[in-house]
Order: sequence, then C-alpha cells, then structure tokens
Amino acid sequence: MTSRIILITGTRKGIGKALAEHYLSLGDTVIGCSRSLPDWSENFPGYEHFELDVSDEKKVTEMFGKIRKKYGKLDVLINNAGIASMNHSLLTPFDTVKKIFSTNTFGTFLFCREAAKIMQKKKFGRIVNFATVATPLKLEGEAIYAASKAAIVSLTETLAREYADFGITVNAVGPTPIQTDLVRGVPEEKMTRLLQRQAIHRFGKFEDVINVIDFFIREESNFVTGQVLYLGGV
Amino acid sequence: MKDVSKIILEQVEDYNELLDDKVDTSAGDETVLFGRGGVLDSVDFVRLLVDIEQAVADEYGKHIALTNEKAMSQKNSPFRTVGTLSEYIKKLLEE
Ligand SMILES: NC(=O)c1ccc[n+]([C@@H]2O[C@H](COP(=O)([O-])OP(=O)(O)OC[C@H]3O[C@@H](n4cnc5c(N)ncnc54)[C@H](OP(=O)(O)O)[C@@H]3O)[C@@H](O)[C@H]2O)c1
Repeated sequence: MTSRIILITGTRKGIGKALAEHYLSLGDTVIGCSRSLPDWSENFPGYEHFELDVSDEKKVTEMFGKIRKKYGKLDVLINNAGIASMNHSLLTPFDTVKKIFSTNTFGTFLFCREAAKIMQKKKFGRIVNFATVATPLKLEGEAIYAASKAAIVSLTETLAREYADFGITVNAVGPTPIQTDLVRGVPEEKMTRLLQRQAIHRFGKFEDVINVIDFFIREESNFVTGQVLYLGGV
Repeated sequence: MKDVSKIILEQVEDYNELLDDKVDTSAGDETVLFGRGGVLDSVDFVRLLVDIEQAVADEYGKHIALTNEKAMSQKNSPFRTVGTLSEYIKKLLEE
C-alpha cells in the first residue's frame, strides 16, 4: 500500500498534534495547518505545515491547490481545528459567536468541500469531523459552542449522502472532556459534575479519539458513513 | 494559454472514459452539457464542473468558483453548452 495522504486541521497543539504524531509514526504523509506554527514539527521532516485560519477561503483553496499538484490525491481529512467559549449566553458577545461559527462550522464545511473535490477523482476518501458531548448533554454555558458543533453533526449526516457516490465517507467523533487548553477555563466542580453525566466517569484521552478515527478511516470501513460516535457512553 | 473551450472539451473527453453514455463532443462549442438533450446526470455534472474548475486554475493560475449564486440564478443557465460555459468562465477570469 502506498502511503496515505492525511490532512489534519489544528495541528499546533492538543488533539490535533497528537493525531499528527500518531499518523506520522505510522508512516503516513501528514499535512497540517493552524494559525501559528507548531514547535514540534522539526522531529518529523516529512511533515508539511500551512499557516492559515481554517475559515479563510482564499488561503484554504490555495492550500488545496498545492496539495492537489504535489500529491495528486488526498485520502483522509480530519477536521479537528476548533475553538470554544464557556460563557452564559447573556454574557456572550456577538463577535465571539461569529468567531466560533467561523472556525468550527464554516471551517469544517470549507475543508469538506475542497477535500471532496480532490477525493472524488480517485473515488476514495475519508472525512472525520469533530462533534462534542456538549451538544447531547446540553451543557449550560456552552450554548454557542454546542450549536456550532450541532451544525457539524448535521453537515456530517448530509454530506455523507452527497459524497457517497464519490466513494467518500463522512463521520464524526464526539469526545468527552480531554485535558487540553480548550477546557482549561472550566471550573473544577463543574467538570466533576460533567464527568458524572457520562456512562464512564473519567477524562478522555488522546488515544480514545485516535482509536475512533483509526476505525473510521480504515479501508474496511467503506460501509460506515454519516455516523457520530460519542465517547464515554454519552 | 490554452483556450477555455479547449480546456472544457478536454475535461469532457477525460470524463467520458468513465461513462457508458458518453457526451458526443463533435459539435464543439454547441455540445450540450446539462439540461435538455444532455446525457450527464447531476452527480456526473458536479464532478465534471469540479474537474473544469481545477483545470482552469492550473492553466490560468486563478481559482474561479463556477457555482456561485449569480450562476445559479441566471435565467439562461451558463452551464448549458460548452460555448456558454466557456463565455461564463472567461467573464469570471476577467473579474
Ligand atoms: N478537549 C476537549 O475536551 C474536547 C472535547 C470535545 C471536543 N473537542 C474538540 O476537539 C478539537 C480539538 O480540540 P483541542 O482540545 O485539541 O483544542 P486546543 O488544544 O485548543 O487546540 C486547538 C487547535 O486548533 C487550532 N486552531 C484553532 N482555531 C483555528 C483556526 N481558526 N484556524 C486554524 N487552526 C485553528 C489551534 O492552533 P492555532 O491556535 O495555532 O490556530 C490548535 O492547534 C476541537 O474541534 C474541539 O471542539 C475537544
């Protein structure tokens, strides 16, 4: 098997970084992006990074043009880049709302669209989006974050149907809280209560997410599409 | 630089290799792509448009979006024939 070409968004830190390191260590070709440069990539000479905002259509289409010319294909897209804002809705500025939707929802859409254009040529592709348990758990203080991710669930389900004819599957993983910068601001007692609402009361780990994505992107998963898999029994 | 009509016809020929019911391109610019008299179904047509977008971007170094709102709402669809599509792409390239 020739090496897979895997594009991951938001690779500078957190889950995206763990995913990039995982697939690089398996020998896949990994392309990443984020608004600033990662500090870990010199350990991986094969890794290629694009410094961009996922909601910047011009930069994003340029990047896909370069990927198409250089590799001629794209096997996997992992739409990991995401931001959150924990705040009561009464205290949430409209600008924050727009920023969260731009990154999470519009960014995901843009990447799905451009990736599918390349993937359809080979009639093969795997797209994995990022949902969150904040949506099904209806977490107070995360109204906008949860709404932006609910939209991603809907996109995942519909794009799965639109892209099925192209041999592309579209699925989503819904992590529980994992200790990254994203959840750093959440007060401890709130976090404890949150973990109690899961079937399995522990923090998520990077490996939990990687395991689900490994499953979605394997060749054999060609009959699995339009699914959202929530971790921790939510 | 390669003429836009030529790019479109090349892409149609390429795409024909995948099709049982092929698009007859002998009429050149008059070749019907989509709508009455066309043989492409809507999924084939979407894929062909994507290929054309990419081929135009490669040749002219400019990315054009063929399916913007203007195109969708025009009374005379720019997607009907090779000729109308080519005129439309040229306009977008000038923008
Ligand atoms: N951690 C959790 O508890 C948890 C739970 C459920 C779901 N998730 C989801 O998992 C994903 C990753 O979260 P994480 O915990 O790893 O977050 P994180 O540690 O805050 O990392 C976010 C990553 O995304 C990049 N990023 C943010 N905005 C971007 C933009 N506009 N354009 C390009 N890159 C951008 C960041 O790099 P730059 O700052 O350099 O751009 C960074 O690499 C997100 O979609 C999140 O919603 C996380």
